[in-house]
Amino acid sequence: MAHHEFTMPVTEAQVRALVVDDTVTLNGTLFGIRDATQIALFDRGRATRFDLNGHAVIHTAPNVKKVAPAPAHPTGYAPVCVGTTTSARMERFTRPLMAQCGVRVVIGKGGLGADSAAAFRELGGVYLAIIGGAAALETTWIEAIEDVDLDDLNPESLWQFRVRNFGPLRVAMDSRGGNLYATVDAAAKAKRAAALAALGVGSGSPPRF
Amino acid sequence: MRIAPERIEDAAKELYVRALKDLPPDIKRGFATLAARETGATAKAVLGTMIENIAVAERTGNLLCQDTGIPIYNVTIGREAEVDGVALKAAIRRGCERATREYPLRSSIVHPLTRRNEHTSCGIGVPVIHVDFSDAYAGLKIEMIPKGSGSENNSWLRMAIPAEGIDAIRTFVIDCVLGAGGKTCPPTIVGVGVGGTADLCVHLAKVAATRSLGSRCADPDGAELEARLSAAVNLLGVGPQGLGGDATAFAVHVELAATHITMNPVAVNMQCHSARRASALLTADGVEYGY
Repeated sequence: MAHHEFTMPVTEAQVRALVVDDTVTLNGTLFGIRDATQIALFDRGRATRFDLNGHAVIHTAPNVKKVAPAPAHPTGYAPVCVGTTTSARMERFTRPLMAQCGVRVVIGKGGLGADSAAAFRELGGVYLAIIGGAAALETTWIEAIEDVDLDDLNPESLWQFRVRNFGPLRVAMDSRGGNLYATVDAAAKAKRAAALAALGVGSGSPPRF
Repeated sequence: MRIAPERIEDAAKELYVRALKDLPPDIKRGFATLAARETGATAKAVLGTMIENIAVAERTGNLLCQDTGIPIYNVTIGREAEVDGVALKAAIRRGCERATREYPLRSSIVHPLTRRNEHTSCGIGVPVIHVDFSDAYAGLKIEMIPKGSGSENNSWLRMAIPAEGIDAIRTFVIDCVLGAGGKTCPPTIVGVGVGGTADLCVHLAKVAATRSLGSRCADPDGAELEARLSAAVNLLGVGPQGLGGDATAFAVHVELAATHITMNPVAVNMQCHSARRASALLTADGVEYGY
């Protein structure tokens, strides 16, 4: 269980060094991406001017405020509350994000599925678990919204954040087949029978409820 | 007493922002209870971060979670309150829109086909407004719930049949919790609707999921079922955020309605750990905010 400090972007070797239960703190650039962003990029053929190669994306659509453009707010957006959404909905976009855009790190909550796990193995990627619902804390790790693309999709624009000490985040899916969600899911399913027995299922006798 | 629409509009606006920022005390106590008895090291750390987030939100005056949710307003009209019902619904809608524009909040609401976002948190049928009547209040009570989508996306209905008995309900709840895994932002409040029609059953599940922690099902058999289900789901080890641990749910809540002799419906709706709600009681004397 090692801790890693990443200044983005990172190399394939840096990502392949991570194993489940390691922790990572990010500095520098982080891209925010969501359902509509990825539908636009991968289903509708829209392009972004951003170079995501070696970068991290987070599943988010932030609360932002329009402000006068200034050095601290170059896009005219100030972050209000930046959190994380459930990753599972965006499962089918992990592979194109990595294969077409060169993304190395996906940050989200709740985990991703089998194809994402395979993409992390084959292409060299990792999933970092952030604590969903802890957006007030997460916002304190965001320094600025540096740039924004595909902003007609707002709030599901492609956001470029500058972050400082973003984390620590837990490695939950690594490039070596390690998958904390699959481990927990299998263990929970193995306890299903015990939970049903505790409820008296199949006994046909008291306890009634 | 007559309640003017302007007062309802102001309360509707205020309630949306309050609910997003200020976690009810029963949920905070629920966190303390879960953290005290958690045995998993990862789970302890995850719960610690969630508790830290509540403190950061209070210290910085920020929203607890980025998800502004689907706005739900539950209005209860007391015996002595007089209100123009049409004006009431319009006032709530205006208050919801003003909160979104003036704070500003992320509008999470889109047209279901065009996916167009009007940036008002309003749309066809949204905010969701329920109106009921009660002699429990002297005035007009409004409860506001910004229902997060991570938990709402894990909602299920099963039209079981009488021959499957209560085992169908028990098994369904366990399987829903297993199916949800970490996607619902556990620890959750698992809301279970039992009986009624299909739509009433799902509604009851939502009522159950958004009830305060420590409250009990009014029906004694329902209360026994929810106590047993609460213990059983925390045997599964899904844990906070689905990363493993004891604290899968704060509680399972059950709400009941009578049903048809041929029917045995069960629905599950979950509330995430950011179990936000706020309420306002409008009387002749003014407005009193609470949870």
